[in-house]
Amino acid sequence: MWLWATIKAPGAPESIHSTITLFGNSWISVSGFHADFAFTVDHLTAIMLGVVTCVGFLIHLYSVGYMAHEEGYWRFFAYLNLFMFFMLVLVLSANFLLLFVGWEGVGLASYLLIGFYFKKDSAANAGKKAFIVNRIGDFGFLLAMFLMISHFGSLDFATVFSAVSAHPEWHGGFLTAIALLLVVGATGKSAQIPLYVWLPDAMEGPTPVSALIHAATMVTAGIYMVARSHVIFDRSPYALGVVAIIGAATAFFAACIGMVQHDIKRVLAYSTVSQLGYMFLACGVGAYTAGIFHLLTHAFFKALLFLAAGSVIHALSGEQDMRKMGGLRKRIPVTFWTMTMGVFAIAGLPPLAGFFSKDEILFQAFVSPNPIGKLLWLVGLITAGMTSFYMFRLWFKTFFGEERFEEHTDHGHGHDDHHGHGVHESPLVMTLPLMVLALLSIIGGWVGVPAALGGHDEIGAFLEPVLSPAVTVTEVVSHSTELGLAAVSVLVALLGLFIAYALYYKKPGTAASYAQKFPALYRLVDNKFYVDEIYQGVIVTPLLMFSRLILGTIFDGGVVGGAGYAAGASTRGLGSLVRRIQSGNIRSYAGWLALGAAAVIAVMIFGHSLWLH
Amino acid sequence: MNLDHNILTIITFTPLVGAIVLALLPDRDKLQQWGALAVTLLTFLFTLHLPFHYNSAVPAGSFQFEQSCPWITSPAIGYHLGVDGLSMWFVVLTGLLAPLGVLISWRAIDSRRRLFYVLFLLQQVAMLGIFVSLDLFLYYAYWELSLVPMALLIAAFGRTENRRRAAIKFFLYAFIPSAILLVAVLWLYARTGTFDYPRLAELAVSHGISSNPTALWLASLAFLAAFAVKVPIFPLHGWLADAVSEAPTAAVMVIAGKLGLYSLLRFYLGIFPGQAHRIAPLMIALGAIGIVYGALLALVQKDLKRLAAFGTLGHVSVVILGIFAFTVSGIDGGIYQTLNEGIGGSALFMLLGLLYERYRTYDMREYGGLAARLPWVVTMFVLTALSVTGLPLLNGFVGEFLVLSGSMQSTISHHIGWTTLATTGVILTASYMLWMIQRVFYGDLGPRSESITAPDLELREHLALWPLVALFLFMGVASPVFMNVIDTAGTKIAERVNHIQAVNMNFDASAKPAATTQTMTASTKGAR
Repeated sequence: MWLWATIKAPGAPESIHSTITLFGNSWISVSGFHADFAFTVDHLTAIMLGVVTCVGFLIHLYSVGYMAHEEGYWRFFAYLNLFMFFMLVLVLSANFLLLFVGWEGVGLASYLLIGFYFKKDSAANAGKKAFIVNRIGDFGFLLAMFLMISHFGSLDFATVFSAVSAHPEWHGGFLTAIALLLVVGATGKSAQIPLYVWLPDAMEGPTPVSALIHAATMVTAGIYMVARSHVIFDRSPYALGVVAIIGAATAFFAACIGMVQHDIKRVLAYSTVSQLGYMFLACGVGAYTAGIFHLLTHAFFKALLFLAAGSVIHALSGEQDMRKMGGLRKRIPVTFWTMTMGVFAIAGLPPLAGFFSKDEILFQAFVSPNPIGKLLWLVGLITAGMTSFYMFRLWFKTFFGEERFEEHTDHGHGHDDHHGHGVHESPLVMTLPLMVLALLSIIGGWVGVPAALGGHDEIGAFLEPVLSPAVTVTEVVSHSTELGLAAVSVLVALLGLFIAYALYYKKPGTAASYAQKFPALYRLVDNKFYVDEIYQGVIVTPLLMFSRLILGTIFDGGVVGGAGYAAGASTRGLGSLVRRIQSGNIRSYAGWLALGAAAVIAVMIFGHSLWLH
Repeated sequence: MNLDHNILTIITFTPLVGAIVLALLPDRDKLQQWGALAVTLLTFLFTLHLPFHYNSAVPAGSFQFEQSCPWITSPAIGYHLGVDGLSMWFVVLTGLLAPLGVLISWRAIDSRRRLFYVLFLLQQVAMLGIFVSLDLFLYYAYWELSLVPMALLIAAFGRTENRRRAAIKFFLYAFIPSAILLVAVLWLYARTGTFDYPRLAELAVSHGISSNPTALWLASLAFLAAFAVKVPIFPLHGWLADAVSEAPTAAVMVIAGKLGLYSLLRFYLGIFPGQAHRIAPLMIALGAIGIVYGALLALVQKDLKRLAAFGTLGHVSVVILGIFAFTVSGIDGGIYQTLNEGIGGSALFMLLGLLYERYRTYDMREYGGLAARLPWVVTMFVLTALSVTGLPLLNGFVGEFLVLSGSMQSTISHHIGWTTLATTGVILTASYMLWMIQRVFYGDLGPRSESITAPDLELREHLALWPLVALFLFMGVASPVFMNVIDTAGTKIAERVNHIQAVNMNFDASAKPAATTQTMTASTKGAR
């Protein structure tokens, strides 16, 4: 089945330099509204296609090895390809409605794959949660589309964007409403505050799924959508500000939680949320190119990290708790070395991919005209240090120190794997994708080396025709500032590395004693700021209670049902009256009915002078 | 032989003749089942004649396959049949659902089969008659006929000892407003001297029915009440949950939705366009509230059938919102969504019915963990749930999207607020559907699903479900096939209603200039 993806991968038209649009059959067509199955390829789509097909192919390849011993092998690949189909529809669509098809479709595939181990309650719950939380986002997206139909009469990208371009006087107003509603949609899909809660739970799915859907591709759909509709966002500084603040807040918040997680996949999940926050931040300061650039590099190194984590889990027969790992460096060397590349890349150490893209975002935030641009930059910078810290924490805990795992367990935790036969390196079909992704994590950033570092920023030039920024501010800032900022972020990353080194390699256990000094704070962060509990307590439970008691019992049982009983009782009373007068058979019933009808007609025809006019 | 002039009569009378034949045949072996299957399949084949010979080039508003001859001269009752873009697919859908209903009842009804299938066929006669009648009196006859077999089906074949009560409740709920409807119909005749629908519709546009606005308003309310109970529109749904939870699957498939919704679109909007405009703000509010209310109550049900009943309330409310938005998108979407409700709701009730056949309970708490044991059932179930939830590329999305986008463009007051409220339905619907799937199919085995080992779908059930599942996908990706015809009718209805509105406004303008300014502002704001 992965051959399907193989065929698709070389087909990615990365060399296309103009927009190609294909109109298919009409899908929905009524008087006044029309939507086609129409696809378009431009530079932005080309990059997304490249990411989706390339990473998708590698993960398919990896899954062949990873899922080899699983029940439901064919089901897994069927769902995975369903996902690929919808993801490609999403990035290829030429109108918002078809984008929404892909949008919902990847959500469905995500639901099915998170709940892949449906016998486990936690997996079924996580799948349901992901779908419903995404639906909250879709609610915003749908309303945005309704508004667009009201104002533009169409959902075609070309029509909508040219209508906006043709009216330079449109600012804010309904465009802000549309943009904010689109942001609601994007926060759902791209796991931003306040709708990020589904993504950490989504780690219940098989690890290749976490790599493909919940790290590299699907969750970036929100960023893609914002970048795609940047024409609308550019007209609404307010909406952009919201995007930037959500992005920075999410990046910081998720990084905080990520620092104390023990489950290796959950660390990566919060890291994903945090990195998506960076991309949001980039879009929010108008640096869409930087956002897409980070999307690209993040797809490589985060897919790598997840797959490497999967390889670790595979090696340990399903163990995901980092407290039960350690010293794996020698036992699984390929996994170790490739994961090292991923960790260095995400930490933002030059010259790996993450450095260039993250630095570009921070730089753009710093120079943006946004009044709180400097604050956003500072939050981003601190988050960069935290990122470096929690990634190296993961690295040290997993690969260094003493071996804390038990060997020859017959069963893992029954999660990903059911075959235990000692710690072992994964087969080539799994390590090959790791190596390719490691290579991409190293060189992936070189397409966007800024002029300040002697590069040419190829990706910026490539995306120029689609994402031409509304305001260009780069000229006013000297290269030295840019270099200085880059140096600061590298220092912060190194600081994160050093702290992790001190706490988890030099003196393991120091971290625990620090945690004990601030028990309340630690518990708060450890419990993920109780956000799930708050949502449950403030929204879900009251809503269910309200429905059950007020609506179900009092209103539906009392008012609606009571009216029915009253009608029934009165008729029964009438019936017994009729029975008393007559024999109560059908004829008398019909007779009464006719008599009553005649009376009412008489009143209607002759008595209208009695009523007010 | 050219069937076009009497095909509608043939369609309506085939199940009637079938019912008479079945009544004369003995209730032995599988004779009744096969007989009913043959009759319903034949009817379905006849209904397929309509889409293949429908001439979409004919201008909107005129009827096709018309048959008209005087029946009773005094009072002037005609035997006038015809279909247009509004009713054609309803006829076909009714034709399709009947054989599937027979297939799904094959084993579920194991005694008094003759009674069951005769009533079932009579019910079909009534529904088909409602969709094709253009004479108001004839229509009313079929309308009344539709109540009796359904009430008897519930009373005779209900699931628990509550069936009598549910049947009486259903009958009273439907019958009392119907009696008032009859009064209004007779009043219309007294004013105009005709029962003929096309004639009445013409008169309505030219304000020729009555010059007494109060009487006209009351008559319109009588029509509305009868149809609203039948749909049902919130808060007149008191009968729904009881009737649905008692009635056998084949009856539940047709109990709610399309009869009432069709009648609203045809007769209420056709004869009382001005009054409809007046009450529209209330109706879109009830539609939006009904969506949320139905979904919220579905969310807290423990009984699968009651859950589906409240889900049904939510789905028909979507149609109400679309119809009373008075935009082309809204009305087209409403008609499409009515078809969807018929298909998706039927599939859902069929699946619940076959779960009941296996495990003898509708209590969700007894279920759990069935996905591994019944892979086909869970596949069908998830597909149905996705269709009902409105996943793009399945049929539900097309209707729901058109309705909601149509109501967003409406000119009725407060439409933006109500549309926003209604759109939360997409979250809530997904919630209760996924919750139900999880409770029934995922997790650990429940008490009942553990103790009973039941087989997966058998051939007969496959045959009953596949046509519907295929339609989910086909109607989801190829909506223009259906929409071309629907759109002609929808455009016509929207035009008529909005034309009346314009006339009324001019009338108001001369009478009460102050009030009009307000209306004008409101409508220009909405029209932007």
